[in-house]
Amino acid sequence: MAQRKLEKLIDKNDVRIDGRKLNELRPVKIEVGILGNADGSAYIEQGKNKILAAVYGPKEVHPRHLALPDRAVLRCRYHMAPFSVEERKSPAPSRREMELSKVIREALEPSVFVEYYPRTSVDIFIEVLQADGGTRCAGITAASLALADAGIPMRDLVVACAAGKVEGRLVLDLTDLEDKGGEADVPLAFMPNLNAITLLQMDGSLAIDEFEKLINLALDGCRHLYTLQKETLKSKYVAVKEAVEE
Amino acid sequence: MTFSPTVARVKQKRIAELISSGKRLDGRGLTDYREVELEAGIIERAEGSARVRLGKTEVMVGTKIEVGEPFPDVPNEGVLTVNAELVPLASPTFEPGPPDENSIELARIVDRGIRESKAIELEKLCIEPGKKVFVIFVDVYVLNHDGNLIDASAMAALAALLNTKMFNYEVEKGEIKVKPGYTPLPIRNHPVAVTFAKIDDKLVVDPWLEEEQVMDARFTITLDKDGKVCAVQKGGYGYFTIQQILEATKIAREKTEDLRKLVVKS
Repeated sequence: MAQRKLEKLIDKNDVRIDGRKLNELRPVKIEVGILGNADGSAYIEQGKNKILAAVYGPKEVHPRHLALPDRAVLRCRYHMAPFSVEERKSPAPSRREMELSKVIREALEPSVFVEYYPRTSVDIFIEVLQADGGTRCAGITAASLALADAGIPMRDLVVACAAGKVEGRLVLDLTDLEDKGGEADVPLAFMPNLNAITLLQMDGSLAIDEFEKLINLALDGCRHLYTLQKETLKSKYVAVKEAVEE
Repeated sequence: MTFSPTVARVKQKRIAELISSGKRLDGRGLTDYREVELEAGIIERAEGSARVRLGKTEVMVGTKIEVGEPFPDVPNEGVLTVNAELVPLASPTFEPGPPDENSIELARIVDRGIRESKAIELEKLCIEPGKKVFVIFVDVYVLNHDGNLIDASAMAALAALLNTKMFNYEVEKGEIKVKPGYTPLPIRNHPVAVTFAKIDDKLVVDPWLEEEQVMDARFTITLDKDGKVCAVQKGGYGYFTIQQILEATKIAREKTEDLRKLVVKS
């Protein structure tokens, strides 16, 4: 750890330790409909992050008393695989995972027409297979696609991205190394068509104007990811259409 | 914090109507806090303690100090642990049992404010690098829930830390020897949280329980004594626009100054 601190995360030409520019996202690969049993599923790779999301529902609620008379309950579990990080993580849900499950659920819920399916539940499972910073955001991007893949009516896709401050500079899409060595991290989730921020967290130390700039930087990242998200969803149906025509 | 869909529709409508004309059901303006009462040093057994009353919301915080092991990545620093209990006597919606996601979220928001503003000089709490350090336990105890537990807990936690006394000690052959007298816990920053509720597309500060029950979304921003942002959390099932976030940040800046004076002078 002490050795790592000596390394510069950004060189004097504004090139980051992994070769990216300050406002550049990591390479992203997204797929939808990749799990057999789930009603909807998606897989995302963002840099070294590898994350699976699955959606089951709308279905009967278990236990029953949790059902709501006027809308579906959305439930979410964000979980990291024991082998996803450097040192083995206990598979029992940590306090961090409990908090993230809550904020991710609250980030996705504004997009779903929950009132269409009273007395049911829609269950979202996010499994982080490999983590390298920004897993909650990549998890949201994938989970929103999984919801769409499950055919659940939505107002918009939710897309998420983080921005932060590293060695005095404002950067997009932090890796784990940048997050740990940096000064601040601002994860944000967004519905571009509605101009609605559905998740916003921050830790670190920032002047108010820097905070504002980072929100805008993260929004730019979100808009970029949003086009990718839509293309992925469409390409699945293009593939089906081609198969039918053959 | 606790989401309960059981507020009469009439009341929901009334709250929203009033807010859209700039008023609130309890007579406050949109950016007014309820009356804040603060007492420090009320539990003698605790190393530090404080009780905050925010209107009818009541939160007590006690701190305890123990000797423990440091985290391997920061062997020279003391350890901060924040925990929150939503005690069943505080609300009919609180159930006994292990901490649920609401109490974990509350604890983690308070924790982030203290940790990220580097409020405690943790590097002064090292006894033997890599082996022995002081562990500061901050336990948030909610006694009556009438909304905005976050701001009340953050204030009570800061007041309790400012009130915390450490026993004097010397290290003899790796053993800690307690000496007479106490010194205050070294504190260098004063983080204060301000929480907003969005109701009918308008922002209100310091939501009380009924407002929390009808709100679309919640937004908390924690500022340190230099006006820097050190923690942010959005909660609830709704959303915010960027304009609303920036407006909230501006209001929070003014509000934290008043609240901080109140906590620090106590």
